[in-house]
Amino acid sequence: MVGRPVSRLEGKLKVTGAARYAAEYDVPDLLYGYVVNSTITKGKITRIDVSAAKALNGVLEVITHENRPDVASVDLKYTDMDAPPGVVFKPLLDAEVKYNGQPLALVIAEDFETARYAATLVIIEYQEEPFETCLDHNLEKARKPEKGLATMLKPPPPPPTGNFEQAFKDSPVKVDSEFRHGTEHHNPIELFATTTVYEGEGKLTIYDKTQGTVNNQLFVANVFGLHYKDVRVLSPFVGGAFGAGLRPQYQLYLCVMASLFLKRNVRVVLERKQMYPFPHRPQSYQRLRFAADANGRLTALNHLAISEASQFEDYVETVAQWSHKLYPAPNTLFEYKLASLDLFTPLDMRAPGGVTALHAIECTMDELAYEASIDPLEFRLRNYAETDPVTGKPFTSKALRECYMRAAKQFGWEKRSPAPGSMTRGNKFVGYGMATGIWDAYQFPSRVEAMITQDGKLVLNNAVTDIGTGTLTVMTQVAADELGMPMENVTFNYGDSKKPFSMFQGGSSMTASTGVGIVVAVKALKKKLLKKAKDIDGSPFKNVSGEDVAFRDGSIFLRRSPSVSVSFQEIVAANGGRPVKTTNMGAPHVLKLRKYAKATHSAAFVEVEVDKELKMITVTRAITAVAAGTIINPKTARSQITGSMVWGISKALHEETILDEKLGKYMNQNLAEYHIPVHADINELDVIFADERDDLINELGVKGVGEIGLVAMPAAVANAVFHATGKRIRELPIHFDKLL
Amino acid sequence: MTTIVLNVNQRRYSLQVLPWVSLLDALRERLKLTGTKKGCDHGQCGACTVLCDGKRILSCLTLAVMKDGSDVTTIEGIASGDDLHPLQQAFIEHDAFQCGYCTPGQICSAVGMLNEGKARTREDVKELMSGNLCRCGANTGIINAIMEVKEGGGLE
Repeated sequence: MVGRPVSRLEGKLKVTGAARYAAEYDVPDLLYGYVVNSTITKGKITRIDVSAAKALNGVLEVITHENRPDVASVDLKYTDMDAPPGVVFKPLLDAEVKYNGQPLALVIAEDFETARYAATLVIIEYQEEPFETCLDHNLEKARKPEKGLATMLKPPPPPPTGNFEQAFKDSPVKVDSEFRHGTEHHNPIELFATTTVYEGEGKLTIYDKTQGTVNNQLFVANVFGLHYKDVRVLSPFVGGAFGAGLRPQYQLYLCVMASLFLKRNVRVVLERKQMYPFPHRPQSYQRLRFAADANGRLTALNHLAISEASQFEDYVETVAQWSHKLYPAPNTLFEYKLASLDLFTPLDMRAPGGVTALHAIECTMDELAYEASIDPLEFRLRNYAETDPVTGKPFTSKALRECYMRAAKQFGWEKRSPAPGSMTRGNKFVGYGMATGIWDAYQFPSRVEAMITQDGKLVLNNAVTDIGTGTLTVMTQVAADELGMPMENVTFNYGDSKKPFSMFQGGSSMTASTGVGIVVAVKALKKKLLKKAKDIDGSPFKNVSGEDVAFRDGSIFLRRSPSVSVSFQEIVAANGGRPVKTTNMGAPHVLKLRKYAKATHSAAFVEVEVDKELKMITVTRAITAVAAGTIINPKTARSQITGSMVWGISKALHEETILDEKLGKYMNQNLAEYHIPVHADINELDVIFADERDDLINELGVKGVGEIGLVAMPAAVANAVFHATGKRIRELPIHFDKLL
Repeated sequence: MTTIVLNVNQRRYSLQVLPWVSLLDALRERLKLTGTKKGCDHGQCGACTVLCDGKRILSCLTLAVMKDGSDVTTIEGIASGDDLHPLQQAFIEHDAFQCGYCTPGQICSAVGMLNEGKARTREDVKELMSGNLCRCGANTGIINAIMEVKEGGGLE
């Protein structure tokens, strides 16, 4: 089944409306919570008057910092698996306001409309304090980030090599560019929501919008002093998250608090605007100075990146060092800094750090290619890294050259005339742009329970979510192949913290993580099945070893005489009808992989049209070639890539959260003013998967496809806009007014 | 409280609602028909699209009391029993969704759009479907699925 374009197994549930998301569980005697958010950015609450709200018919309670129940007092208890260094923000802790839109009260009523209306009756008076929210005004405050556990996944830039300043000065071809990115919000279409079922005696069942069921289970248990076994978090369907679900969000905290306080079932659904005082992609400033010799070989790379942090946590991304993962250069200098602002803590948003960095890097590479009068693709090929430029280690696999060549050919790159503005179509300038992409190949430990049930079928259990990535389908394919069983006889249960451990779903890691967990567990299950088969009276398998048998269609066969077999059903029956099961942990081969560098790669080619008078920009077609190892399901993987390409177009041309620095507030907190591409904005998108075999990376040879389709796109679009217009726009998004 | 009648998916519901209850919340919270999605509650994302007397409407911008006596079709009523509507089948085959949250609105909107009979070309379809946002970026799959059904001779 691996390699086949299987349609999503949960497809029917999704197209008929039967798939249930966090706010959709029918729970008896449900109460509705509605959040009251701060209207100031920084200061203190001097008075909070809930009397009018509480007097309203149907309102049960208004929880504020003044009457909230006790929660854990130790900061460490709030530290979820993805918490950056610092102190986790605690809603309703005290009278202090740290950012605009901070949740300050939760109104709980018999119905949603009453709760929403009562929330408008809560009177809050503040004493305001001055604040800083604009990164550009605070660049001089930038400093090195604090280190912590999260630093392991996002290491700081490596130390300098050679002598950058001298080499930059001496090189004949050089570019010095600044890039600025505003804030972006994940904006999944599903509103963040939690339904908490109060099971009595400190036991909770929680339907939550999250990318990590175990992460949120442990968070709730720790914060509210419950036993972790008494907290069950379910998240089988997630209406998009894109990173926003990597950490527990405030509706979970408030919903659980209300449920425990009132000993009732409670639902809290955030409004769209309440999802802006929320995790986001941080504002960033980048300065890149790249230089090359007369032959177009890079000599010096300097990348300084400054990002926004909150006043309480040092969220970090990997930004500054990506160029040297792609291109060799003898002199390098990479710096990454943070400036603390009075905003909520940022969080990973699809291709965090990578897409920020690669926009700047690949636009600078394009600029440098023009300075050196070399074709941009040829310039990349001259600087192609056969081994990891940072460590000198070989890659487990790297088919980037194939990506370049196949995508360029299909795109028709050779038809490009290099001079900006030299290609036209009617009243439009036509621009061709390209860029390279790179992303890590992560794998986390994952524990899988595999069992054969009485009917001889395979059941697998793991706590992982499927946020629309295709995890259910892909995992079923992997398991079916591993046991030689048709997919319809495999059931994969997921999205439940009660199942064996999985990390949160992020970083393009889950196919490798859960997939390897399944391979390991099913291999162990096969051994166990054979052992049980041997124990059957008169078993023909008594003296055979693992190599002598094959597993196919729910039976074990003798390889040399396939007529000798025993079915899984017979084995379970001989086991007293009890399922044959095993639970095993799959993990990355850390020691072996130390000798190698690992990454996914991509090449994006984009055509834009720019109206000669109105300067409206349209991406008319785009091709992305991806090298990500084995592609288990070309249908769902393709959707991951085209979806990422839409994100790339969006980042380049559409989306931004606009911050009013005088108010310290985001001004476009809705989907009409936070622009994402609509159907009319998206034209021809094509995907090529390079034939990349990787026997080293993991048991499945997979490297992940969730983010690699995004990283190259914004630069490819921006480079195409330059080719069409001759204008280098280094701030995203590129709106037509920037070209006027 | 006002007593209203809604004929949803050919079933008659009599319910008591206050005038401030939207059709969307009435469907989701009162009738437990949660296939219709809430993504913005402001008529900006299209996730709440349902068919009312054959026309596509945004149920979040509609008060339930306004539709007293109307025929409403939600995503739960698009298939005929176990037989999926051709659009539902095409959405699965073209992988026209990832997370699936905008999907009910996309499908209801596409049914309404094709009923309107205004779309001639792929460009028309893209334009007339642009009130339905998809954050996963499944846009090409969605339009491909609709085009297949449209070119396959329409709906039934």
